[in-house]
Amino acid sequence: MSSPIAPEIVKEHGLSPDEYSRIQQLLGREPTLVELGIFSVMWSEHCSYKSTRVHLAKLPTKAPWVLQGPGENAGVIDIGDGDACIFKMESHNHPSFIEPYQGAATGVGGIMRDVFTMGARPIAMLNALRFGEPEHPKTRHLVSGVVAGIGGYGNCMGVPTVGGEVNFHRSYNGNILVNAMCVGLARADRIFKSAAKGAGNPVVYIGSKTGRDGIHGATMASAEFSEDSEEKRPTVQVGDPFTEKLLLEACLELMETDAIIAIQDMGAAGLTSSSAEMGDKGGSGIELDLDKVPQREEGMTAYEMMLSESQERMLAVLKPGREAEAERIFKKWELDFAVIGITTDTKRLVVKHKGKIEADMPITALSDEAPRYERPYQKRAATNGKVDVSSGKPILESLQKILASPDMASRRWVWEQYDHTVMADTVQRPGGDAAVVRVHNTNKGLAITTDVSPRYCKADPYEGAKQAVAEAWRNITAVGAKPLAITDNLNYGNPEKPEIMGQIVAGVDGIGEAARALDFPVIGGNCSLYNETNGEGILPTPAIGGVGLMADVHRMATIALKREDDAIIVIGETRGHLGQSTYLREIEGRETGACPPVDLAVERENGDFVRSLIETGRVDTVHDVSDGGLLVALAEMALAGNIGLEVGIAGETTESIPFFFGEDQARYVLAVPAEHTQDILDEARDRGIFVTALGKTHAAKTLRITNEGEISLSQLRESYETWFPNYMSSEEIPVTN
Amino acid sequence: MVWHADSEIPDVDLIVLPGGFAYGDYLRSGAMAALSNAMRDVIDKAQKGVTVLGICNGFQVLTESRLLPGALMRNAGLKFTCRGVGLEVNETQSVFTRKYDHGQRVVFPVANGEGNYYADDETLDRLEGEGRVVFRYADGENPNGSVRNIAGILNEKRNVLGLMPHPERVVDPLLGGTDGRAMFESLLEGLG
Repeated sequence: MSSPIAPEIVKEHGLSPDEYSRIQQLLGREPTLVELGIFSVMWSEHCSYKSTRVHLAKLPTKAPWVLQGPGENAGVIDIGDGDACIFKMESHNHPSFIEPYQGAATGVGGIMRDVFTMGARPIAMLNALRFGEPEHPKTRHLVSGVVAGIGGYGNCMGVPTVGGEVNFHRSYNGNILVNAMCVGLARADRIFKSAAKGAGNPVVYIGSKTGRDGIHGATMASAEFSEDSEEKRPTVQVGDPFTEKLLLEACLELMETDAIIAIQDMGAAGLTSSSAEMGDKGGSGIELDLDKVPQREEGMTAYEMMLSESQERMLAVLKPGREAEAERIFKKWELDFAVIGITTDTKRLVVKHKGKIEADMPITALSDEAPRYERPYQKRAATNGKVDVSSGKPILESLQKILASPDMASRRWVWEQYDHTVMADTVQRPGGDAAVVRVHNTNKGLAITTDVSPRYCKADPYEGAKQAVAEAWRNITAVGAKPLAITDNLNYGNPEKPEIMGQIVAGVDGIGEAARALDFPVIGGNCSLYNETNGEGILPTPAIGGVGLMADVHRMATIALKREDDAIIVIGETRGHLGQSTYLREIEGRETGACPPVDLAVERENGDFVRSLIETGRVDTVHDVSDGGLLVALAEMALAGNIGLEVGIAGETTESIPFFFGEDQARYVLAVPAEHTQDILDEARDRGIFVTALGKTHAAKTLRITNEGEISLSQLRESYETWFPNYMSSEEIPVTN
Repeated sequence: MVWHADSEIPDVDLIVLPGGFAYGDYLRSGAMAALSNAMRDVIDKAQKGVTVLGICNGFQVLTESRLLPGALMRNAGLKFTCRGVGLEVNETQSVFTRKYDHGQRVVFPVANGEGNYYADDETLDRLEGEGRVVFRYADGENPNGSVRNIAGILNEKRNVLGLMPHPERVVDPLLGGTDGRAMFESLLEGLG
């Protein structure tokens, strides 16, 4: 069919010589250039999970409330009354580094399509962002572009962006992370999947026209970066959120009919992956006629059309004879609609263009036969050792410094650029432990969070990954919801290096361990590997997106203090673990020691107790203790409610620095009305739960520590609120490479 | 709900142009929407005295279609801004605000990228002189650089109101406030 392909062309497609020989073997001949392109994207790390698949198989994915686990566009859980919640998190790291606005915007668009292609209306967005150190010349430009891009797309879609996280660390200087999570609502009996079952059914193309943008994005996302990455700018797609909004409404309207057999969005690797995956899942073949594909540019080749990652497009398989009905809907929304192919019983993907067969290959060669590697990996290597701190530094000064640090300062500058109240169901806004979005026209609420502490994962990839899951579970618990399921976004370096592969394997094991112990199954996810620049990997960053359910949003806890004379109670033991703590980094300039261990049984007992207090209406003020430790949690509660408090040291740990800044896990701070205090203390002790009363809220607008002194809330607020806006408004440092 | 391509608006007491985004906003918010089929009849009905409320993108469409004077430019900070802002009810002699007290302080959220109201001094003097500035951002609360802190204005006949902040997002204590309710109660009472 064609002449042999030069080794350098194979290399440019990111395929190894071994992989190329396997392609020749599978086809029984040389591939055409179009086929080579199709193999290159389908066998890329991004699409095939070739380095991680054997490990991901170990994750727990089932529970009675899980309606759909990994393998579809997104996971689905049952949230009662016939409602289903569909969610997923996905990375758009590489494009966002090259072109921050469009990279982040299309990341948002892509994850929304993953959710609405399954029949859900998106109701909330979150994003987990990691940037390089603030002093790096590119960081400000990247923060500004990514935040504007996320807002630009999400705001126009009319979906509230309700939460997320932002960290800065030098390991991300050349490789930022942009992970976007979308949560949607559907009827449990109206979930749409991607299996293109049956032969002779029309394959229809809907949405925007196909252009030359984003060709080979999936391959780019599967390679390390180097100095010439800027030249890859043309592989970044350009988003059009208004068209996506039309596509959303048109798809949901079509889904009201029973015309659809299968539907899938065209994400990474566009037409190629959507057609191959739909055929694969349906056990059918697909024949495409590219002459029928709506095109934005003239003279596009089959290769370009198959690999384009133009945005806002979907592929669907309809029941025969329903084309006109579907076309009417898409025309009404002023979107392109075209029948571009048909399903067959050959289990082959056949691509025709201008009367010529450009590709004819078995679909299993792209899926089941895709490479699967058991890459060598180094066994878990955890940083151990206790750390000592120089005592004598005034506690309140340290607090102020920590609150004004890049990782801990208020993220208001970020989330005020996101419309977080559109749709009128955001009952808990950004700034708390988890966002809470009401299920429209009900009293039910979904609690949503994203979490990971990359510095913990660097110190111990296993324990750190466990901690990420536990913290997501804790954040959902802290607002009063029952944690139900997670999506994981595994961001790591180059898996071909045994050290990095070791981080991945340990990370997956840690996630699995915590997910099992907390009944918090993994129902979907995404891997982003090769996050390295010039050979240096990022901190291991397995971001966890969690969703929980509360029966009544009127019984919800927030972090804001609400009354004077509430008792301040801590659930969970304060041992004063300072290894890898924020205190150590910000006050002593060290990132050393072991990360805090997570006891999952204690985590569960403490969390179940706190949740029961919220559900029974006895407690409405809760904050989990995480980065920065107890004192940071207390300060955030005081600032959120603008109510002061006085606390002292209580319990076994008597040194003030470990007591106030240690990052021991499984802890919550509660502010409890006087009439419930004794009961709650007694009940905790009866259940064998570690509990200490530290002090109470008071009338003065101050945070006072017994025997240490006090600081006004306005001073604390100044520290907490000014870092981000000041940093972003400083003079732009010209970007130099 | 009326489809943008429809050329007739049904007989109603109140037409609301809600917030959101419209086709062609990337040129200038509301510029293309103002030319849609449906807007022709909105303009006609507004001129005949039907009550029209435009919120956020709706306000932008109203200025673009010349039902209200002035223009909404890019926010002074050049960023989309979503937050609660303090407003003063500056005018209660309208069907939209009769249930508020004059000078009452309320908090409505804004959520826009182009909410920076501008008009020439002559127009502004006239708006103020005729009692048509209905909402002003309170001192120190102006989120977008709007001239003379203007957040919402009436047309000459006082049957068309445009404002950037969102009263409809503050009608439920669970969502952070009820300051917006009085606007809808005013309309119910005034148009009922």
